[in-house]
Amino acid sequence: MTEAPAPESPAVEADRLVKIYKGGTAVDGVSFRLPAGSVTGLLGGNGAGKTTTIAMIMGLVMPTSGTVRVLGAEMPRQRYRVLERMNFESPYVEMPLRLTVRQNLTVFGKLYGVDGLDARVRRLAEELDLVDLLDRPTGKLSAGQKTRVALAKALVNEPELLLLDEPTASLDPDTADWIRARLERYRAERGATILLASHNMGEVERLCDRVIIMKRGKIEDDGTPEALLARYGRSNLEEVFLDVARGRGEAADQAQARDAAREAAQ
Amino acid sequence: MSHGTGEWEISGRRVAALVERYWYLLRSSWPRLLDLVYWPAVQMLMWGFLQTYVSQTDGTLARAGGTFIGAVLLWDILFRGQLGFSVSFLEEMWSRNLANLMMSPLRPIEFVIALMIMSIVRLSIGLVPVTLLAIAFFGFNLWGLGLALAAFFVNLMLTSWAVGIFVSGVLLRNGLGAENLAWTIMFLMLPLACVYYPVSVLPPWLQTIAWMLPPTYVFEGMRALMIDHVFRADLMLWALGLNVVVFSAGTIGFLALLDSARRQGSLLQTGE
Repeated sequence: MTEAPAPESPAVEADRLVKIYKGGTAVDGVSFRLPAGSVTGLLGGNGAGKTTTIAMIMGLVMPTSGTVRVLGAEMPRQRYRVLERMNFESPYVEMPLRLTVRQNLTVFGKLYGVDGLDARVRRLAEELDLVDLLDRPTGKLSAGQKTRVALAKALVNEPELLLLDEPTASLDPDTADWIRARLERYRAERGATILLASHNMGEVERLCDRVIIMKRGKIEDDGTPEALLARYGRSNLEEVFLDVARGRGEAADQAQARDAAREAAQ
Repeated sequence: MSHGTGEWEISGRRVAALVERYWYLLRSSWPRLLDLVYWPAVQMLMWGFLQTYVSQTDGTLARAGGTFIGAVLLWDILFRGQLGFSVSFLEEMWSRNLANLMMSPLRPIEFVIALMIMSIVRLSIGLVPVTLLAIAFFGFNLWGLGLALAAFFVNLMLTSWAVGIFVSGVLLRNGLGAENLAWTIMFLMLPLACVYYPVSVLPPWLQTIAWMLPPTYVFEGMRALMIDHVFRADLMLWALGLNVVVFSAGTIGFLALLDSARRQGSLLQTGE
């Protein structure tokens, strides 16, 4: 593994990112910085541009304009400088189903240049409760078990930057909660930067210290969960999300301004 | 094209990891293994018996003993070489694993090398038993061609890889909607590269096109060896020269299509 970025440099820095496909604009001038060690939630409805934004950070999609730097490297041009230090998990990407869990983790461990791979696979299996599943074909596992395997693959190289696209989609509440607890532990142990795209507001509220809300390719709002709740006068992020989705952001601004004025007058 | 730092680095460990992945897959499925042998065996037997029948009634073909079987076996090297390459690539798309690989430190060149190795592995599993069957049924020993076989093999594999690389690029760019191309593209070579008949059979304008294809030289060389008992090194050198051009074009095409796939966002969505 190569050296970590300087403490003050952000793990991810997106600057006026634009992605235009033939069908329209997927991401429209998005800028943000993710400090090293932060956990950020990327919220937005279907087609908001979350997955495209994450794909540009991963170097899988080339921006139409704008730049994205990851761990100091410009993506996708300099991606091979940093790919060993990052990883991702998405329910829309699978691992070879005929390979056993152990074979899959071994192959990916080698691709990521992991030293002491056997020990690493053993430890991951213990941490993610996969010990009994190691020699079973991945395709024979339940959805929750497959998600744990995908998470093990995402953690196999102990990434400094972890990109998660709806990591608990289609999981039962118990398994989803279990996954969240493992992510919290990984962040605490490794100090990793995590960017999490999700539709699950409870998940974002629990895991993230910052939330970026996207709508139609643009950033509609950005702040800590507490700040967003206060700003919209809501008790949970789901209500905030619905306000943004239904275009009530401006109304929230006005309400907040009225409250502030009233407080000032009193 | 934007190829950044380390794009052309090659790690033996990463190549071996990917080969290991395909090997796990292959050995986990006996139908996959059987499929590698089944069709080449059927085709060889069919052409072998046809040649046996025709040579009993025609003196010319009797003198050209084994050319049909030789042609069918060399054609299988060309066709199965490309298919071995493309099917390993398709396995990644079928299993929705491509984004995992493209997001990993695996370089495109390492991916291609692993696919080349697998095409040889798959070809060997399929073709070695069939060549033994050819000896048993028809007394035709492909291995008896010796160094000439090595020259034929190298040239045919280079062409098959060049086509396989290009098809992989098309699949990356267009997704599984282009899957049929992987199965059928090589059949364009069947009439044009004159697998079963000499180039002189073609009309003059088509002969010009045929001589632009490296396998044409191999099949002409095979006939020269089996009918006239002459090894035409000049044909092999022409084939090698053209293969350098075809392989370079395939690689450039692949990299351009990979770049295009990054622009179109099709690396994440490789469905139809």
